[in-house]
Amino acid sequence: MMRPGTETELAELLRAARAPLAVRGGGTRGVPLAGEVLETGGLSGVRLYEPGALTLVMGAGTPLAEVEALLAEKGQRLAFEPMDHRALLGTGGEPTIGGVVAANVSGPRRVQVGACRDHLLGVRFVSGAGEVVSNGGRVMKNVTGYDLVKLLAGSWGTLGVLTEVSLKVLARPQAEATLVRAGQGVAQAVTDMCRAMGTPYDVSGAGWAGGQTRLRVEGLAGSVAYRAGALNTALGGGWDVVEGAESAALWQALRDVSPFAGQPGAVWKLSVKPTEAPGLLERLSGAGVDHEALLDWSGGLIWLRVPEEGDAGAAAIRAECATRGGHATLIRAGEALRAQVPMFQPRPAPIARLEAGLRAKFDPRGLLNPGLMEGA
Amino acid sequence: MPAPDAAVLSKKPALVARLRKVLPAQAVIDDPAETRAYECDALTAYRCPPLCAVLPSSTEEVAAVLRICHEMGVPVVPRGAGTSLAGGALPTADCVILGVARMNAVLETDYANRFIRVQTGRTNLSVSGAVEADGFFYAPDPSSQLACAIAGNIAMNSGGAHCLKYGVTTNNLLGVTMVTMEGEVIELGGAHLDAAGLDLLGLVCGSEGQLGVVTEATLRILAKPEGARPVLIGYDSLEVAGQCVSDIIEAGVLPVAIEFMDRPCIRATDAFSGAGYPDCEALLIVEVEGSGAEIAEQLEIITAIARRHDPVELRESGSAEESARIWLGRKSAFGAMGQINDYMCLDGTIPVTELPRVLGRIGELSREYGLDVANVFHAGDGNMHPLILFNANQEGQLELCEALGAEILKLCVEVGGCLTGEHGVGIEKRDLMGHQYRPADLEAQMRVKDVFDGKWLLNPAKVFPLEVSASRRAGGLAPRVA
Repeated sequence: MMRPGTETELAELLRAARAPLAVRGGGTRGVPLAGEVLETGGLSGVRLYEPGALTLVMGAGTPLAEVEALLAEKGQRLAFEPMDHRALLGTGGEPTIGGVVAANVSGPRRVQVGACRDHLLGVRFVSGAGEVVSNGGRVMKNVTGYDLVKLLAGSWGTLGVLTEVSLKVLARPQAEATLVRAGQGVAQAVTDMCRAMGTPYDVSGAGWAGGQTRLRVEGLAGSVAYRAGALNTALGGGWDVVEGAESAALWQALRDVSPFAGQPGAVWKLSVKPTEAPGLLERLSGAGVDHEALLDWSGGLIWLRVPEEGDAGAAAIRAECATRGGHATLIRAGEALRAQVPMFQPRPAPIARLEAGLRAKFDPRGLLNPGLMEGA
Repeated sequence: MPAPDAAVLSKKPALVARLRKVLPAQAVIDDPAETRAYECDALTAYRCPPLCAVLPSSTEEVAAVLRICHEMGVPVVPRGAGTSLAGGALPTADCVILGVARMNAVLETDYANRFIRVQTGRTNLSVSGAVEADGFFYAPDPSSQLACAIAGNIAMNSGGAHCLKYGVTTNNLLGVTMVTMEGEVIELGGAHLDAAGLDLLGLVCGSEGQLGVVTEATLRILAKPEGARPVLIGYDSLEVAGQCVSDIIEAGVLPVAIEFMDRPCIRATDAFSGAGYPDCEALLIVEVEGSGAEIAEQLEIITAIARRHDPVELRESGSAEESARIWLGRKSAFGAMGQINDYMCLDGTIPVTELPRVLGRIGELSREYGLDVANVFHAGDGNMHPLILFNANQEGQLELCEALGAEILKLCVEVGGCLTGEHGVGIEKRDLMGHQYRPADLEAQMRVKDVFDGKWLLNPAKVFPLEVSASRRAGGLAPRVA
């Protein structure tokens, strides 16, 4: 295993590398990769934190827990609510901020405030050719040159190894409340979630788990009470309200897909237009793909647990996503399933060509996570 | 701009004949009297009529045009509404202007999934206009929103006054239909969230029309807030006003806008608009949204912070009329400046915490150069718009003004900011890019263009310093960077 302590050391190491490398932060996402492990944990530490400017700059290997503790001291947080994969995947290790960025990991609040990539202000990385590249910066409005920041977010280490990231942070709200309603089917849940997202009440989470629909509002205490009431009225009444820690626990469980932790089977993550979710799930049942589903992002994110048999529904799931406009990622799978099903949804040929072209430019020798995220 | 390619100029008759085969006659403009309409954008100091202009009315027509230009090796400059302040749509004599203005239809509105799909020639304001009767709006609101097109908003990743809460174009763009320089039509993103692979949508947004021509866009729409109300706060010190901005942000209220004006700007706009602003060093307009009670709750926190800094004026709006009066001066700021003088509007961004220091230094530079500078900007996100006043009819003043502008932008970079927050690089800041980025950083960006537009035909002489992009534009091999 290689664990460079500085950006310069990392650049030298990449220039000298001759064989594929498995790039990883804390290794908590259990991504199967060939090659020697290249870990970023040595590139750690907060470089700059300005609460008054809502900005935080840190080494990519900085543990997420350290980042969150620092922000909490000043009453701030990462608004995109990154999930912790460990319980779901049965992995160990410490999630790093670079890993969060590299996989563009966002939780329930993504539906209101955007994804990790929407909060990423700047990156430094070392390309596969060993060149140090900087893009973006630490200000919220920046259109100087191409936005490689977005390109690197969610690139899973295939274009370069992140060394430093700069993020926009936001204030932790005074209060939160969640409207809950039990015994709802998926169709009714999606209808209610979409209606809620279309109100002016700033809903910051819309999910469905175990037949319970959940709608979250956050902010100043008076405002939260007002909006929870107004939202209940707008949806025809009859919703229960949970607040504070009890509300937070509901969202942490949905964020980390807790109901699937420790349960057998493969786990898929589907991204579709919210109103497509009920029809898609019905079609999968019709096609004989047994499943348990959780919904987040107003129905736009479907977590699916399926028996780990055959292709674990891959052909049907990916075809449904492709037809409706969307994609499916295989998040949890054993070795045998991984060997036959790619982790990422294949892209149409012209898109795959552009992606391959970018990889060839940034990593001309194909050293970084080869095989991962390839493909038409 | 680089000298036009004589070989391309000589192809004009053949090119026009081929374009007329794929477009209706009135969509190909080659008469020199008419191509002059496309000689510049809103950076009017630079002008050059194009070889010809085309106004396609469908994605298929755009693809047909691009295939022809690609085959014939003719540069193409995409154009939305031509409101770029950075020269993003400035032609060269050997280029085809590809205008999307005729493509302005709404293709789909979907309130359950909160998006609208439009052709990109549609103006920014009319996107909101299409959904406002149903209680929705499109959040990015550049001040040119009445005229500017979504195509240009995507090319420049445009912002606006309300970014602090709602983000800029890239944060509100869900998908695009794009035609590559080779004439291939591709779909990036859509009504779902996140990319299946690399985030090409995020890469295209803000690429200044250099990676493809975006013909359709899926945009996030949001429910309109129940209400909004501003408060006006005046201070006799720039430092104190800057500190007040930081304190408001740190306190955890997230206003939708925090606007900042300095004394030269306050005086000019007040004389022009009669807004009744106090005569002080710095003026803040802070706007919050929500129901009546929510607005009151937020304003209580904001005014308490403002009072701690001892303001010379604190005016809370109590009615729609008072709100309009508070915004009146700010909204007429550019018009007011235009009445007094010619001006050049800069667009650098700085960390909010650097505001006082940067404003002080801009004052010093203004005295050194002997040109007045008025500051009006989005303080919440650090996006500054210093307006340098000059007389365009006096020889040497434009050059002096540009030199001062460059100094101010370098200062923005020095304190940890950037050259442009929402206008884009275009030709205006092209040659300053080396101050923000090292050669390897620029090389990485240019490699992206190599992938999307291998012949460097799309808007080629923009964004990158000319000497840096020269070999690529000449069709040579990309130089190796050590």
